[in-house]
Amino acid sequence: MKDAFGHPQSLLVLGGASEIGLAVARRLIARRTRTVWLAGRPSPDLEAAAEGLRALGAEVRTTAFDALDPDPHEEVLGKVFAEGDIDMVLLAFGVLGDQANDEGDPPAAVRVAQTNYTGAVSAGLVCAAALQNQGHGSLVVLSSVAGERARRANFIYGSSKAGLDAFAQGLGDALHGTGVRVMVVRPGFVRTRMTAGMPDAPFATTPEAVASAVEQGLRRGSETVWAPGSLRVVMAALRHLPRPLFRRLPL
Amino acid sequence: MSADTHPTPVAEPGVAEPGPPPPSAPDPFVSVTGWGRTAPTTASVLRPRSPAEAAEAVRDWGVRGGIARGLGRAYGDAAQSAGGTVLDMTALRRIHAIDDATGTVVCDAGVSLHRLMEVLLPLGWFVPVTPGTRQVTVGGAIGADVHGKNHHISGSFSRHVHAIELLTADGGIHTVVPGTELFDATAGGMGLTGVILSATLQLHRVETSLISVDTERVAGLDDLMARLAATDHHYRYSVAWIDLLARGRSLGRAVLTRGEHAPLDALPARARRNPLAFRPGQLPAPPAFVPAGLLNRTTVGLFNEFWYRRAPRSRTGRLQRLSAFFHPLDAVPHWNRIYGRDGFVQYQFVVGHGQEETLHRIIARISRRRCPSFLAVLKRFGEAGPGWLSFPMPGWTLALDIPAGLDGLGAFLDELDEEVAAAGGRVYLAKDSRLRPELLAGMYPRLADFRSLRSRLDPCGVFTSDLSRRLTL
Repeated sequence: MKDAFGHPQSLLVLGGASEIGLAVARRLIARRTRTVWLAGRPSPDLEAAAEGLRALGAEVRTTAFDALDPDPHEEVLGKVFAEGDIDMVLLAFGVLGDQANDEGDPPAAVRVAQTNYTGAVSAGLVCAAALQNQGHGSLVVLSSVAGERARRANFIYGSSKAGLDAFAQGLGDALHGTGVRVMVVRPGFVRTRMTAGMPDAPFATTPEAVASAVEQGLRRGSETVWAPGSLRVVMAALRHLPRPLFRRLPL
Repeated sequence: MSADTHPTPVAEPGVAEPGPPPPSAPDPFVSVTGWGRTAPTTASVLRPRSPAEAAEAVRDWGVRGGIARGLGRAYGDAAQSAGGTVLDMTALRRIHAIDDATGTVVCDAGVSLHRLMEVLLPLGWFVPVTPGTRQVTVGGAIGADVHGKNHHISGSFSRHVHAIELLTADGGIHTVVPGTELFDATAGGMGLTGVILSATLQLHRVETSLISVDTERVAGLDDLMARLAATDHHYRYSVAWIDLLARGRSLGRAVLTRGEHAPLDALPARARRNPLAFRPGQLPAPPAFVPAGLLNRTTVGLFNEFWYRRAPRSRTGRLQRLSAFFHPLDAVPHWNRIYGRDGFVQYQFVVGHGQEETLHRIIARISRRRCPSFLAVLKRFGEAGPGWLSFPMPGWTLALDIPAGLDGLGAFLDELDEEVAAAGGRVYLAKDSRLRPELLAGMYPRLADFRSLRSRLDPCGVFTSDLSRRLTL
């Protein structure tokens, strides 16, 4: 159960090797979390992540989960929920793709969309139903500022996050009053393996900072969290910039 | 009512608590929180109108289990059950019998202490123990084994219970009397041993409905504790309001109020005509939406300063209404709204005699941390009761309300827990919404017995609350 400050005791991370996901898990283990499920494609990375969290004192289990293969989602995640209540699900999987290459390689672009969007739709709905049955819990969805307005430089990734973001918002409204909360997290540029080698964008942040924002959002019962928080204002302005102007921005 | 020696049946509808007719259809899933308005979860809420309906509800609810709920005054998650059923007991509100000779009453678990006072005071009886609100049910008072300002004399609520009717997980209804394992598990058992359906209580004889109050302003913590230790036993009721924002030499400055039921001859001639009148006043409720942060260091600091200065330096024998002395906040319905949508946490702990150092240190920490707390009370407890999870133990208890939105509050309270646990103290489950589960067994030595009794009588978790899930009770 979550405590008065929204700290969960059990956590399911979808995309169990995600750096932001693990930063959030570490933060929550420092508070109240004792049981962690890492769901992801079986890999040494996933096992190493589990080992790292165990060292912090949590009981960690891994389960095979692939966003690109939605058919077994219900079965795989159903097994996790059958083992006990999950207070918080963190939907953390996602791929950045390679925009320059993917524009000329439609199957690769589709894989980005399927991972980030359709995979999340499937897993999100399965988890929402399970959370609703237990009458409590949070579904925290890692969206991105890139989904707020599509940019020339990464519109394939951006559009998939835009779809995810809209889906999560709608799901949050659908679940309003059921005891289940959906929180959409929109980080800016986060320094991780996914962005390694790329130059820092303005308002660049770290997985740890995103984790803090998530923790604070849980406490306040927020529906939308920006990381860093100043992006809320920045994006509110950028969203309304005229197209000819926006196109010329060096973003 | 004449003073006859037989239990007097009290006829409905004269005694039925007024209120809207109970809905017959079960509510669909609704959001439920405790009085602190944190951590909402949804449950199906059923409102049985007879013990048979309650038994049917318990038999039929699903694998998620459920829990009885009274008037929802537990601050945390004790009376909610996510995805399960919450059994609203307030429709079971009949006072069955009052025995004027022995001063006992038999009533349904859903009867509030407010209702008992309304009915019993004109007959010259008062409830044996009342917490800071009379808006609690008899079932809730036993389930949380509540205490009042007279704990140092009278102990906690369940000490005055002669018998209860308990609906257990097997669907049976049992009469449970003090001295049995099941009674000790149920007193303070947070509703997890079963649903209390009715109870027989021992009442306290009073001549008037007024309290003769002695008030003293105390400049610091050491002085306060010395006065409580030296002279508490002269008074039936005793509590200190304490200013936790005061620092330095004023640390722990307090207003000590202690009282007795006023005897008839202490009343002025006019009041003597109707000495047992019970007329609690009521103020308007705060609006449903209050901005978070209304109670901050500035506003609470000003309030505390005013409250301290307002109190007389020393005054004896002031006559005060029962309601004003025991339940000042009951005059404001929904007062919990003033904390805004973040809600609030009440932190109450007790440490034993000889742990005055710990108490001192904790109060100093709270004061250094500048927790905006305007409802902090310090009390000296008397003997503990037999309840396995009953909170009171001989020593010092401090209770304070803190806005839940305060930055870093969770970690801060965790640190206080460590101090309390290390000193052999405990926190109060009826108020808890955040305790780290690992600390519980150290705080409640009989926890293992409680768990084993639960696994024996209720292996499938028929009675499950958010509290029991959070702390694996």
